[in-house]
Amino acid sequence: MHPAPSVILFTVLSGLGFGFLTCLNLGLALPQGIGGFLAFAVGYGLAVGGLIASTFHLGHPERAIRAFTQWRTSWLSREGWAAVLALLGTAPVALGAMGGARPGLLGLVAALLCLATIGCTSMIYAQLKTVPRWNFWTTPALFFGFALTGGVLLSDLPLAGEVLSLALAFLLAFSFVRGDRRFAEAGATLGSATGLGAIGSVRVFEQAHTAGNYLLREMIHVVGRKHSRKLRMIAVVAVALPAPILALLPDGLVAMIPAVLFHLIGAFAARWLFFAEAEHVVGTYYGKR
Amino acid sequence: MTQLPATTGKKLGLVVDLDTCVGCQACVTACKGWNDQGYGVPLSDQDPYGSDPSGTFLNRVHAYEVQPEAGPAQIVNFPRSCLHCEAAPCVTVCPTGASYKRVEDGIVLVNEDACIGCGLCAWACPYGARELDAAAGVMKKCTLCVDRIYNENLPEEDREPACVRTCPTGARHFGDFADPDSKVSRLTAERGGFELMPEMGTKPTNRYLPPRRKGPPEAASPLAPLLDIQATGFAGWLDRMLGKI
Ligand code: SF4
Ligand code: SF4
Ligand code: SF4
Repeated sequence: MHPAPSVILFTVLSGLGFGFLTCLNLGLALPQGIGGFLAFAVGYGLAVGGLIASTFHLGHPERAIRAFTQWRTSWLSREGWAAVLALLGTAPVALGAMGGARPGLLGLVAALLCLATIGCTSMIYAQLKTVPRWNFWTTPALFFGFALTGGVLLSDLPLAGEVLSLALAFLLAFSFVRGDRRFAEAGATLGSATGLGAIGSVRVFEQAHTAGNYLLREMIHVVGRKHSRKLRMIAVVAVALPAPILALLPDGLVAMIPAVLFHLIGAFAARWLFFAEAEHVVGTYYGKR
Repeated sequence: MTQLPATTGKKLGLVVDLDTCVGCQACVTACKGWNDQGYGVPLSDQDPYGSDPSGTFLNRVHAYEVQPEAGPAQIVNFPRSCLHCEAAPCVTVCPTGASYKRVEDGIVLVNEDACIGCGLCAWACPYGARELDAAAGVMKKCTLCVDRIYNENLPEEDREPACVRTCPTGARHFGDFADPDSKVSRLTAERGGFELMPEMGTKPTNRYLPPRRKGPPEAASPLAPLLDIQATGFAGWLDRMLGKI
Protein backbone atom coordinates (compact mmCIF):
# COMPACT_ATOMS: atom_id res chain seq x y z
CA MET A 1 0.00 0.00 0.00
CA HIS A 2 1.11 3.53 -0.70
CA PRO A 3 2.65 5.05 2.43
CA ALA A 4 1.00 8.47 2.16
CA PRO A 5 2.81 10.93 4.46
CA SER A 6 -0.48 12.58 5.53
CA VAL A 7 -1.92 9.27 6.70
CA ILE A 8 1.29 8.26 8.49
CA LEU A 9 1.37 11.64 10.22
CA PHE A 10 -2.30 11.40 11.13
CA THR A 11 -2.24 7.90 12.57
CA VAL A 12 0.92 8.46 14.61
CA LEU A 13 0.10 11.93 15.97
CA SER A 14 -3.58 11.46 16.68
CA GLY A 15 -2.79 8.05 18.18
CA LEU A 16 -0.27 9.66 20.51
CA GLY A 17 -2.72 12.47 21.32
CA PHE A 18 -5.58 10.15 22.21
CA GLY A 19 -3.19 7.90 24.14
CA PHE A 20 -2.02 10.87 26.20
CA LEU A 21 -5.58 12.13 26.74
CA THR A 22 -6.50 8.62 27.93
CA CYS A 23 -3.79 8.83 30.60
CA LEU A 24 -4.84 12.34 31.63
CA ASN A 25 -8.51 11.38 31.77
CA LEU A 26 -7.67 8.42 33.97
CA GLY A 27 -5.71 10.67 36.29
CA LEU A 28 -2.49 8.70 35.74
CA ALA A 29 -0.77 12.05 35.53
CA LEU A 30 -2.16 14.88 37.59
CA PRO A 31 -0.71 18.14 36.30
CA GLN A 32 -2.50 21.12 37.82
CA GLY A 33 -3.00 24.77 37.04
CA ILE A 34 -0.94 25.99 34.11
CA GLY A 35 0.80 22.59 33.85
CA GLY A 36 -2.58 20.94 33.51
CA PHE A 37 -3.58 23.39 30.84
CA LEU A 38 -0.36 22.69 28.90
CA ALA A 39 -0.73 18.91 29.19
CA PHE A 40 -4.28 18.89 27.89
CA ALA A 41 -3.32 21.40 25.19
CA VAL A 42 -0.59 19.05 23.97
CA GLY A 43 -3.05 16.14 23.94
CA TYR A 44 -5.68 18.14 22.05
CA GLY A 45 -3.07 19.58 19.67
CA LEU A 46 -1.77 16.15 18.70
CA ALA A 47 -5.21 14.60 18.36
CA VAL A 48 -6.75 17.47 16.40
CA GLY A 49 -3.62 18.09 14.32
CA GLY A 50 -3.60 14.45 13.32
CA LEU A 51 -7.27 14.55 12.38
CA ILE A 52 -6.68 17.62 10.21
CA ALA A 53 -3.70 15.94 8.52
CA SER A 54 -5.96 13.01 7.67
CA THR A 55 -8.15 15.23 5.49
CA PHE A 56 -5.19 16.15 3.25
CA HIS A 57 -5.40 12.92 1.28
CA LEU A 58 -9.14 13.26 0.59
CA GLY A 59 -10.31 14.07 -2.93
CA HIS A 60 -13.02 16.34 -1.46
CA PRO A 61 -12.15 17.47 2.09
CA GLU A 62 -14.93 20.08 1.99
CA ARG A 63 -17.49 17.26 2.13
CA ALA A 64 -15.82 15.59 5.13
CA ILE A 65 -18.89 16.27 7.30
CA ARG A 66 -20.73 13.57 5.32
CA ALA A 67 -18.38 10.99 6.81
CA PHE A 68 -20.45 11.08 10.01
CA THR A 69 -23.49 9.49 8.40
CA GLN A 70 -22.61 5.81 7.96
CA TRP A 71 -21.56 4.76 11.47
CA ARG A 72 -23.75 1.66 11.22
CA THR A 73 -21.34 -0.10 8.87
CA SER A 74 -18.24 2.05 8.41
CA TRP A 75 -15.28 2.10 10.83
CA LEU A 76 -14.11 5.33 9.23
CA SER A 77 -17.41 6.96 10.10
CA ARG A 78 -17.32 5.49 13.63
CA GLU A 79 -13.82 6.88 14.06
CA GLY A 80 -15.14 10.36 13.24
CA TRP A 81 -17.86 10.08 15.88
CA ALA A 82 -15.59 8.59 18.51
CA ALA A 83 -13.00 11.33 17.96
CA VAL A 84 -15.52 14.16 18.28
CA LEU A 85 -17.16 12.62 21.36
CA ALA A 86 -13.77 11.94 22.97
CA LEU A 87 -12.63 15.52 22.42
CA LEU A 88 -15.93 16.88 23.80
CA GLY A 89 -15.91 14.46 26.72
CA THR A 90 -12.38 15.43 27.68
CA ALA A 91 -13.19 19.16 27.89
CA PRO A 92 -14.86 19.17 31.34
CA VAL A 93 -12.11 16.91 32.70
CA ALA A 94 -9.49 19.34 31.40
CA LEU A 95 -11.28 22.32 32.94
CA GLY A 96 -11.59 20.47 36.23
CA ALA A 97 -7.92 19.48 36.23
CA MET A 98 -6.86 23.09 35.79
CA GLY A 99 -8.86 23.90 38.87
CA GLY A 100 -7.18 21.04 40.70
CA ALA A 101 -10.05 18.52 40.59
CA ARG A 102 -9.45 14.78 40.08
CA PRO A 103 -10.92 13.33 36.84
CA GLY A 104 -13.42 10.97 38.53
CA LEU A 105 -16.25 9.22 36.67
CA LEU A 106 -16.36 11.83 33.91
CA GLY A 107 -12.69 11.13 33.28
CA LEU A 108 -13.34 7.40 33.02
CA VAL A 109 -16.01 7.98 30.37
CA ALA A 110 -13.74 10.35 28.44
CA ALA A 111 -10.88 7.85 28.65
CA LEU A 112 -13.09 5.10 27.24
CA LEU A 113 -14.07 7.38 24.36
CA CYS A 114 -10.39 8.07 23.64
CA LEU A 115 -9.70 4.33 23.63
CA ALA A 116 -12.69 3.79 21.34
CA THR A 117 -11.22 6.30 18.88
CA ILE A 118 -7.90 4.45 18.78
CA GLY A 119 -9.77 1.18 18.32
CA CYS A 120 -11.88 2.54 15.44
CA THR A 121 -8.77 3.86 13.66
CA SER A 122 -7.13 0.46 13.91
CA MET A 123 -10.26 -1.31 12.64
CA ILE A 124 -10.25 0.76 9.44
CA TYR A 125 -7.16 -1.24 8.54
CA ALA A 126 -7.78 -4.48 10.42
CA GLN A 127 -11.18 -5.01 8.76
CA LEU A 128 -9.70 -5.22 5.23
CA LYS A 129 -9.59 -8.84 4.09
CA THR A 130 -7.91 -7.58 0.94
CA VAL A 131 -4.77 -6.67 2.89
CA PRO A 132 -4.00 -9.88 4.80
CA ARG A 133 -1.09 -8.39 6.74
CA TRP A 134 -3.50 -5.86 8.30
CA ASN A 135 -6.38 -8.27 8.67
CA PHE A 136 -5.00 -9.70 11.92
CA TRP A 137 -5.19 -9.05 15.69
CA THR A 138 -1.74 -7.46 15.68
CA THR A 139 -3.15 -4.37 13.95
CA PRO A 140 -5.41 -3.17 16.81
CA ALA A 141 -2.80 -4.40 19.29
CA LEU A 142 -0.14 -2.22 17.67
CA PHE A 143 -2.39 0.85 17.45
CA PHE A 144 -3.30 0.56 21.14
CA GLY A 145 0.31 -0.26 21.98
CA PHE A 146 1.76 2.80 20.28
CA ALA A 147 -0.95 5.17 21.56
CA LEU A 148 -0.76 4.05 25.18
CA THR A 149 3.02 3.72 25.33
CA GLY A 150 3.38 7.20 23.87
CA GLY A 151 0.75 8.51 26.29
CA VAL A 152 2.46 6.97 29.30
CA LEU A 153 5.84 8.38 28.22
CA LEU A 154 4.32 11.85 27.87
CA SER A 155 2.71 11.41 31.29
CA ASP A 156 6.19 10.95 32.75
CA LEU A 157 5.50 7.56 34.35
CA PRO A 158 9.00 5.99 34.18
CA LEU A 159 8.25 2.46 35.38
CA ALA A 160 5.13 1.99 33.22
CA GLY A 161 7.01 3.60 30.33
CA GLU A 162 9.86 1.10 30.61
CA VAL A 163 7.55 -1.92 30.72
CA LEU A 164 5.30 -0.73 27.89
CA SER A 165 8.23 0.24 25.63
CA LEU A 166 9.79 -3.20 25.93
CA ALA A 167 6.45 -4.95 25.45
CA LEU A 168 5.71 -2.81 22.39
CA ALA A 169 9.12 -3.58 20.86
CA PHE A 170 8.40 -7.30 21.23
CA LEU A 171 4.92 -6.93 19.75
CA LEU A 172 6.31 -4.94 16.83
CA ALA A 173 9.01 -7.51 16.09
CA PHE A 174 6.41 -10.29 16.32
CA SER A 175 4.04 -8.43 13.97
CA PHE A 176 6.80 -8.08 11.37
CA VAL A 177 7.71 -11.76 11.39
CA ARG A 178 4.17 -13.09 11.73
CA GLY A 179 2.89 -10.66 9.11
CA ASP A 180 5.14 -12.21 6.49
CA ARG A 181 2.94 -15.33 6.57
CA ARG A 182 -0.41 -13.59 6.33
CA PHE A 183 -0.64 -13.27 2.55
CA ALA A 184 -0.14 -16.98 1.99
CA GLU A 185 -2.67 -17.74 4.75
CA ALA A 186 -5.33 -15.60 3.06
CA GLY A 187 -5.08 -17.93 0.07
CA ALA A 188 -5.35 -15.40 -2.77
CA THR A 189 -3.15 -16.39 -5.71
CA LEU A 190 -3.12 -15.58 -9.40
CA GLY A 191 -4.80 -18.97 -9.78
CA SER A 192 -7.75 -18.05 -7.55
CA ALA A 193 -7.89 -14.45 -8.79
CA THR A 194 -8.36 -15.61 -12.37
CA GLY A 195 -9.98 -18.95 -11.60
CA LEU A 196 -7.48 -20.46 -14.04
CA GLY A 197 -5.60 -22.26 -11.28
CA ALA A 198 -7.91 -25.23 -11.93
CA ILE A 199 -6.27 -25.70 -15.34
CA GLY A 200 -2.64 -25.27 -14.46
CA SER A 201 -0.07 -22.80 -13.23
CA VAL A 202 -0.81 -19.21 -14.24
CA ARG A 203 1.61 -16.40 -15.00
CA VAL A 204 1.26 -12.93 -16.43
CA PHE A 205 1.74 -12.98 -20.19
CA GLU A 206 1.11 -9.32 -20.91
CA GLN A 207 0.09 -6.49 -18.56
CA ALA A 208 -3.33 -4.92 -19.03
CA HIS A 209 -1.76 -1.51 -19.60
CA THR A 210 1.72 -0.30 -20.41
CA ALA A 211 1.79 2.72 -18.09
CA GLY A 212 0.89 3.20 -14.44
CA ASN A 213 -2.58 3.62 -12.97
CA TYR A 214 -4.32 4.29 -9.66
CA LEU A 215 -4.16 0.64 -8.63
CA LEU A 216 -0.41 0.37 -9.17
CA ARG A 217 0.27 3.68 -7.41
CA GLU A 218 -2.06 3.16 -4.48
CA MET A 219 -2.22 -0.55 -3.77
CA ILE A 220 0.69 -2.20 -5.53
CA HIS A 221 3.23 0.29 -4.25
CA VAL A 222 6.46 -1.68 -3.93
CA VAL A 223 9.04 1.14 -3.89
CA GLY A 224 8.63 1.82 -0.17
CA ARG A 225 9.76 -1.71 0.71
CA LYS A 226 13.28 -1.18 -0.56
CA HIS A 227 14.90 -0.71 2.84
CA SER A 228 12.39 -2.62 4.91
CA ARG A 229 14.93 -4.89 6.63
CA LYS A 230 16.92 -1.94 7.96
CA LEU A 231 13.79 0.03 8.83
CA ARG A 232 12.42 -2.91 10.80
CA MET A 233 15.56 -2.95 12.93
CA ILE A 234 15.46 0.82 13.42
CA ALA A 235 11.80 0.72 14.40
CA VAL A 236 12.18 -2.07 16.95
CA VAL A 237 15.32 -0.57 18.51
CA ALA A 238 13.90 2.96 18.65
CA VAL A 239 10.69 1.72 20.26
CA ALA A 240 12.67 -0.21 22.90
CA LEU A 241 15.18 2.59 23.66
CA PRO A 242 12.94 4.59 26.04
CA ALA A 243 13.28 1.70 28.51
CA PRO A 244 17.06 2.04 29.11
CA ILE A 245 16.81 5.82 28.84
CA LEU A 246 14.19 6.01 31.58
CA ALA A 247 16.09 3.49 33.70
CA LEU A 248 19.47 5.20 33.45
CA LEU A 249 18.78 8.93 33.26
CA PRO A 250 17.43 10.85 36.25
CA ASP A 251 13.64 11.27 36.36
CA GLY A 252 12.04 14.33 34.82
CA LEU A 253 12.35 16.12 31.51
CA VAL A 254 15.99 15.01 30.99
CA ALA A 255 14.79 11.45 30.52
CA MET A 256 11.32 12.12 29.20
CA ILE A 257 12.27 14.21 26.16
CA PRO A 258 14.72 11.73 24.59
CA ALA A 259 12.42 8.85 25.50
CA VAL A 260 9.48 10.43 23.70
CA LEU A 261 11.70 11.36 20.75
CA PHE A 262 12.98 7.82 20.25
CA HIS A 263 9.47 6.49 20.69
CA LEU A 264 8.27 8.81 17.93
CA ILE A 265 11.10 7.82 15.58
CA GLY A 266 10.15 4.20 16.13
CA ALA A 267 6.46 4.98 15.66
CA PHE A 268 7.03 6.77 12.34
CA ALA A 269 9.34 4.03 11.02
CA ALA A 270 6.88 1.35 12.10
CA ARG A 271 3.92 3.18 10.55
CA TRP A 272 5.81 3.69 7.29
CA LEU A 273 6.41 -0.06 7.15
CA PHE A 274 2.82 -0.77 8.19
CA PHE A 275 1.76 0.76 4.87
CA ALA A 276 4.75 0.05 2.63
CA GLU A 277 4.93 -3.65 3.51
CA ALA A 278 1.17 -4.26 3.29
CA GLU A 279 0.38 -6.28 0.19
CA HIS A 280 -3.06 -5.93 -1.41
CA VAL A 281 -4.52 -9.00 -3.12
CA VAL A 282 -5.22 -6.99 -6.30
CA GLY A 283 -1.46 -7.20 -6.90
CA THR A 284 -1.95 -10.83 -7.96
CA TYR A 285 -3.63 -9.66 -11.19
CA TYR A 286 -0.43 -7.84 -12.05
CA GLY A 287 1.83 -10.68 -10.94
CA LYS A 288 3.04 -8.49 -8.08
CA ARG A 289 2.59 -8.30 -4.35
CA MET B 1 -26.91 3.91 2.61
CA THR B 2 -24.03 1.53 3.12
CA GLN B 3 -26.02 -1.26 4.72
CA LEU B 4 -26.23 -4.01 2.11
CA PRO B 5 -29.73 -5.12 1.12
CA ALA B 6 -30.53 -8.64 2.43
CA THR B 7 -31.50 -9.59 -1.08
CA THR B 8 -32.07 -7.75 -4.33
CA GLY B 9 -34.98 -8.07 -6.75
CA LYS B 10 -32.81 -8.75 -9.76
CA LYS B 11 -29.16 -9.71 -9.71
CA LEU B 12 -27.88 -7.98 -12.80
CA GLY B 13 -24.35 -8.80 -13.90
CA LEU B 14 -22.05 -10.04 -16.60
CA VAL B 15 -20.77 -13.38 -17.79
CA VAL B 16 -17.29 -13.18 -19.28
CA ASP B 17 -16.28 -16.01 -21.58
CA LEU B 18 -12.56 -16.65 -21.27
CA ASP B 19 -12.77 -19.11 -24.15
CA THR B 20 -13.89 -16.62 -26.78
CA CYS B 21 -12.21 -13.41 -25.58
CA VAL B 22 -9.46 -12.56 -28.05
CA GLY B 23 -8.04 -9.69 -26.01
CA CYS B 24 -8.81 -7.03 -28.63
CA GLN B 25 -9.46 -4.36 -25.93
CA ALA B 26 -12.62 -3.22 -27.74
CA CYS B 27 -14.62 -3.41 -24.48
CA VAL B 28 -11.99 -1.26 -22.74
CA THR B 29 -12.39 1.42 -25.38
CA ALA B 30 -16.19 1.17 -25.60
CA CYS B 31 -16.48 1.37 -21.81
CA LYS B 32 -14.27 4.42 -21.61
CA GLY B 33 -16.06 6.01 -24.57
CA TRP B 34 -19.54 5.57 -23.14
CA ASN B 35 -18.76 6.34 -19.52
CA ASP B 36 -16.64 9.36 -20.37
CA GLN B 37 -19.84 11.23 -21.18
CA GLY B 38 -22.46 9.28 -19.29
CA TYR B 39 -22.96 8.66 -15.60
CA GLY B 40 -21.04 11.15 -13.42
CA VAL B 41 -17.82 13.01 -14.11
CA PRO B 42 -15.68 12.11 -17.16
CA LEU B 43 -12.95 9.47 -16.93
CA SER B 44 -9.91 11.72 -16.97
CA ASP B 45 -6.46 11.06 -18.39
CA GLN B 46 -3.22 12.51 -17.07
CA ASP B 47 -0.41 13.31 -19.49
CA PRO B 48 -2.14 11.27 -22.23
CA TYR B 49 0.31 12.16 -24.99
CA GLY B 50 3.40 12.51 -22.81
CA SER B 51 5.98 10.10 -21.54
CA ASP B 52 4.05 8.97 -18.46
CA PRO B 53 0.41 8.59 -19.49
CA SER B 54 -2.23 7.28 -17.09
CA GLY B 55 -5.97 7.47 -16.79
CA THR B 56 -9.16 6.16 -15.25
CA PHE B 57 -10.68 3.01 -16.73
CA LEU B 58 -13.59 0.92 -15.47
CA ASN B 59 -12.63 -2.19 -17.39
CA ARG B 60 -9.19 -3.56 -18.18
CA VAL B 61 -8.09 -6.65 -20.11
CA HIS B 62 -5.14 -8.73 -18.89
CA ALA B 63 -3.44 -11.64 -20.62
CA TYR B 64 -2.23 -14.74 -18.80
CA GLU B 65 -0.37 -17.88 -19.75
CA VAL B 66 -1.67 -21.10 -18.23
CA GLN B 67 0.58 -24.14 -18.22
CA PRO B 68 -1.34 -27.39 -17.64
CA GLU B 69 0.40 -30.47 -16.21
CA ALA B 70 0.69 -31.95 -19.69
CA GLY B 71 0.45 -30.35 -23.09
CA PRO B 72 1.23 -26.91 -24.41
CA ALA B 73 0.60 -23.65 -22.54
CA GLN B 74 -2.54 -21.64 -23.28
CA ILE B 75 -2.92 -17.88 -23.53
CA VAL B 76 -6.06 -16.60 -21.80
CA ASN B 77 -7.26 -13.04 -22.20
CA PHE B 78 -8.90 -11.79 -19.06
CA PRO B 79 -11.27 -8.78 -18.86
CA ARG B 80 -11.57 -7.37 -15.34
CA SER B 81 -14.38 -5.03 -14.24
CA CYS B 82 -16.66 -4.68 -11.19
CA LEU B 83 -18.39 -7.95 -10.27
CA HIS B 84 -21.33 -6.23 -8.50
CA CYS B 85 -20.76 -8.40 -5.44
CA GLU B 86 -23.63 -9.44 -3.18
CA ALA B 87 -21.51 -9.00 -0.05
CA ALA B 88 -19.75 -5.94 -1.46
CA PRO B 89 -17.07 -4.87 1.06
CA CYS B 90 -16.57 -1.62 -0.89
CA VAL B 91 -20.06 -0.49 0.13
CA THR B 92 -19.96 -1.19 3.86
CA VAL B 93 -16.64 0.60 4.43
CA CYS B 94 -17.80 3.85 2.82
CA PRO B 95 -18.17 6.54 5.52
CA THR B 96 -20.41 8.87 3.53
CA GLY B 97 -23.01 6.59 2.00
CA ALA B 98 -21.75 7.52 -1.47
CA SER B 99 -21.27 3.83 -2.27
CA TYR B 100 -24.41 1.76 -2.32
CA LYS B 101 -25.95 -1.38 -3.72
CA ARG B 102 -29.34 -0.98 -5.34
CA VAL B 103 -32.20 -3.02 -3.86
CA GLU B 104 -34.03 -3.35 -7.15
CA ASP B 105 -31.29 -4.81 -9.35
CA GLY B 106 -28.14 -5.26 -7.27
CA ILE B 107 -26.02 -2.75 -9.20
CA VAL B 108 -23.24 -1.23 -7.07
CA LEU B 109 -22.94 2.51 -7.69
CA VAL B 110 -21.17 5.60 -6.37
CA ASN B 111 -23.08 8.82 -5.77
CA GLU B 112 -20.27 11.13 -6.79
CA ASP B 113 -21.84 14.20 -5.15
CA ALA B 114 -21.44 12.58 -1.72
CA CYS B 115 -18.03 10.98 -2.27
CA ILE B 116 -15.16 12.54 -0.30
CA GLY B 117 -12.54 10.61 -2.27
CA CYS B 118 -11.08 8.82 0.74
CA GLY B 119 -10.30 5.77 -1.37
CA LEU B 120 -11.23 3.27 1.34
CA CYS B 121 -13.68 1.46 -0.95
CA ALA B 122 -10.92 0.85 -3.51
CA TRP B 123 -8.82 -0.67 -0.71
CA ALA B 124 -11.72 -2.93 0.25
CA CYS B 125 -12.26 -4.29 -3.28
CA PRO B 126 -10.14 -7.39 -3.99
CA TYR B 127 -10.53 -7.04 -7.75
CA GLY B 128 -9.16 -3.57 -8.41
CA ALA B 129 -12.51 -2.56 -9.83
CA ARG B 130 -12.49 0.98 -8.44
CA GLU B 131 -10.21 3.79 -9.51
CA LEU B 132 -10.13 7.25 -7.95
CA ASP B 133 -10.28 9.84 -10.71
CA ALA B 134 -7.18 12.01 -10.38
CA ALA B 135 -8.86 15.08 -11.89
CA ALA B 136 -12.25 14.95 -10.15
CA GLY B 137 -11.14 13.43 -6.83
CA VAL B 138 -14.11 11.05 -6.72
CA MET B 139 -14.34 7.29 -7.00
CA LYS B 140 -15.18 5.79 -10.38
CA LYS B 141 -16.36 2.27 -11.04
CA CYS B 142 -18.36 0.20 -13.53
CA THR B 143 -22.02 1.27 -13.43
CA LEU B 144 -23.14 -1.78 -15.39
CA CYS B 145 -24.03 0.96 -17.85
CA VAL B 146 -27.10 1.81 -15.79
CA ASP B 147 -27.70 4.71 -18.18
CA ARG B 148 -27.97 2.32 -21.16
CA ILE B 149 -29.77 -0.75 -19.89
CA TYR B 150 -32.93 1.16 -18.87
CA ASN B 151 -32.60 3.92 -21.47
CA GLU B 152 -35.77 4.10 -23.55
CA ASN B 153 -34.19 6.67 -25.86
CA LEU B 154 -31.89 3.98 -27.19
CA PRO B 155 -33.02 1.37 -29.72
CA GLU B 156 -33.89 -1.92 -28.03
CA GLU B 157 -30.68 -3.70 -29.15
CA ASP B 158 -28.52 -1.00 -27.57
CA ARG B 159 -30.04 -1.39 -24.10
CA GLU B 160 -27.15 -3.44 -22.83
CA PRO B 161 -23.74 -2.44 -21.45
CA ALA B 162 -21.37 -0.81 -23.93
CA CYS B 163 -18.74 -3.51 -23.39
CA VAL B 164 -21.26 -6.27 -24.13
CA ARG B 165 -22.65 -4.49 -27.15
CA THR B 166 -19.25 -3.89 -28.69
CA CYS B 167 -17.52 -7.21 -28.12
CA PRO B 168 -16.79 -8.63 -31.60
CA THR B 169 -16.62 -12.24 -30.38
CA GLY B 170 -19.59 -12.16 -28.03
CA ALA B 171 -17.40 -12.90 -25.02
CA ARG B 172 -19.42 -10.69 -22.65
CA HIS B 173 -23.03 -11.39 -21.75
CA PHE B 174 -25.40 -9.29 -19.68
CA GLY B 175 -28.42 -10.50 -17.74
CA ASP B 176 -30.23 -11.33 -14.51
CA PHE B 177 -28.65 -14.04 -12.38
CA ALA B 178 -31.74 -14.16 -10.15
CA ASP B 179 -33.67 -15.66 -13.07
CA PRO B 180 -32.54 -19.28 -13.52
CA ASP B 181 -33.72 -19.24 -17.16
CA SER B 182 -31.81 -16.13 -18.18
CA LYS B 183 -29.02 -16.45 -20.72
CA VAL B 184 -26.37 -15.67 -18.09
CA SER B 185 -27.74 -18.25 -15.64
CA ARG B 186 -27.90 -20.93 -18.32
CA LEU B 187 -24.40 -20.16 -19.63
CA THR B 188 -23.05 -20.33 -16.08
CA ALA B 189 -24.72 -23.68 -15.46
CA GLU B 190 -23.75 -25.22 -18.81
CA ARG B 191 -20.17 -24.07 -18.94
CA GLY B 192 -19.25 -24.26 -15.25
CA GLY B 193 -19.02 -20.49 -14.66
CA PHE B 194 -16.97 -19.60 -11.60
CA GLU B 195 -16.42 -16.78 -9.10
CA LEU B 196 -13.14 -14.89 -8.79
CA MET B 197 -11.28 -15.09 -5.46
CA PRO B 198 -14.11 -16.83 -3.58
CA GLU B 199 -11.84 -16.88 -0.49
CA MET B 200 -12.44 -13.14 -0.11
CA GLY B 201 -16.10 -13.78 0.74
CA THR B 202 -17.46 -11.04 -1.53
CA LYS B 203 -20.03 -13.28 -3.29
CA PRO B 204 -19.53 -11.76 -6.74
CA THR B 205 -22.51 -11.65 -9.11
CA ASN B 206 -20.45 -11.81 -12.31
CA ARG B 207 -19.26 -15.20 -13.49
CA TYR B 208 -16.33 -16.25 -15.69
CA LEU B 209 -16.54 -19.17 -18.13
CA PRO B 210 -13.39 -21.31 -18.31
CA PRO B 211 -11.57 -21.85 -21.61
CA ARG B 212 -12.96 -24.97 -23.31
CA ARG B 213 -10.86 -28.10 -23.06
CA LYS B 214 -8.85 -28.44 -26.25
CA GLY B 215 -8.35 -31.92 -27.78
CA PRO B 216 -4.88 -33.49 -27.88
CA PRO B 217 -2.70 -31.97 -30.60
CA GLU B 218 -2.97 -33.94 -33.89
CA ALA B 219 0.11 -36.05 -34.69
CA ALA B 220 0.14 -34.79 -38.26
CA SER B 221 -1.05 -31.39 -39.40
CA PRO B 222 -4.50 -31.45 -41.03
CA LEU B 223 -2.93 -29.27 -43.70
CA ALA B 224 -0.36 -31.96 -44.64
CA PRO B 225 -2.02 -33.08 -47.93
CA LEU B 226 -2.08 -29.49 -49.10
CA LEU B 227 1.60 -29.05 -48.41
CA ASP B 228 2.60 -32.16 -50.39
CA ILE B 229 2.43 -30.42 -53.79
CA GLN B 230 3.38 -32.43 -56.86
CA ALA B 231 4.89 -30.28 -59.53
CA THR B 232 3.54 -30.82 -63.07
CA GLY B 233 4.35 -29.51 -66.57
CA PHE B 234 7.63 -27.70 -67.09
CA ALA B 235 8.23 -27.36 -63.34
CA GLY B 236 7.67 -31.12 -63.03
CA TRP B 237 10.20 -31.85 -65.85
CA LEU B 238 12.72 -29.48 -64.21
CA ASP B 239 12.10 -31.11 -60.82
CA ARG B 240 12.74 -34.60 -62.27
CA MET B 241 15.84 -33.52 -64.24
CA LEU B 242 17.42 -31.67 -61.33
CA GLY B 243 16.65 -34.59 -59.06
CA LYS B 244 18.72 -36.88 -61.32
CA ILE B 245 21.87 -34.76 -61.33
S1 SF4 C 1 -16.02 -6.00 -7.61
FE1 SF4 C 1 -15.12 -4.61 -6.12
S2 SF4 C 1 -16.12 -2.65 -6.53
FE2 SF4 C 1 -17.36 -4.21 -7.52
S3 SF4 C 1 -18.93 -4.74 -5.97
FE3 SF4 C 1 -17.25 -6.22 -5.75
S4 SF4 C 1 -15.96 -5.33 -4.15
FE4 SF4 C 1 -17.28 -3.68 -4.89
S1 SF4 D 1 -13.92 7.16 -1.91
FE1 SF4 D 1 -16.04 7.91 -1.93
S2 SF4 D 1 -17.29 6.11 -2.37
FE2 SF4 D 1 -15.26 5.37 -1.74
S3 SF4 D 1 -15.42 5.02 0.49
FE3 SF4 D 1 -14.64 7.11 0.25
S4 SF4 D 1 -16.49 8.40 0.23
FE4 SF4 D 1 -17.19 6.30 -0.13
S1 SF4 E 1 -20.93 -2.57 -17.94
FE1 SF4 E 1 -20.53 -0.51 -18.76
S2 SF4 E 1 -19.34 0.48 -17.14
FE2 SF4 E 1 -19.25 -1.72 -16.72
S3 SF4 E 1 -17.40 -2.46 -17.74
FE3 SF4 E 1 -19.08 -2.71 -19.22
S4 SF4 E 1 -19.07 -0.81 -20.42
FE4 SF4 E 1 -17.85 -0.43 -18.57
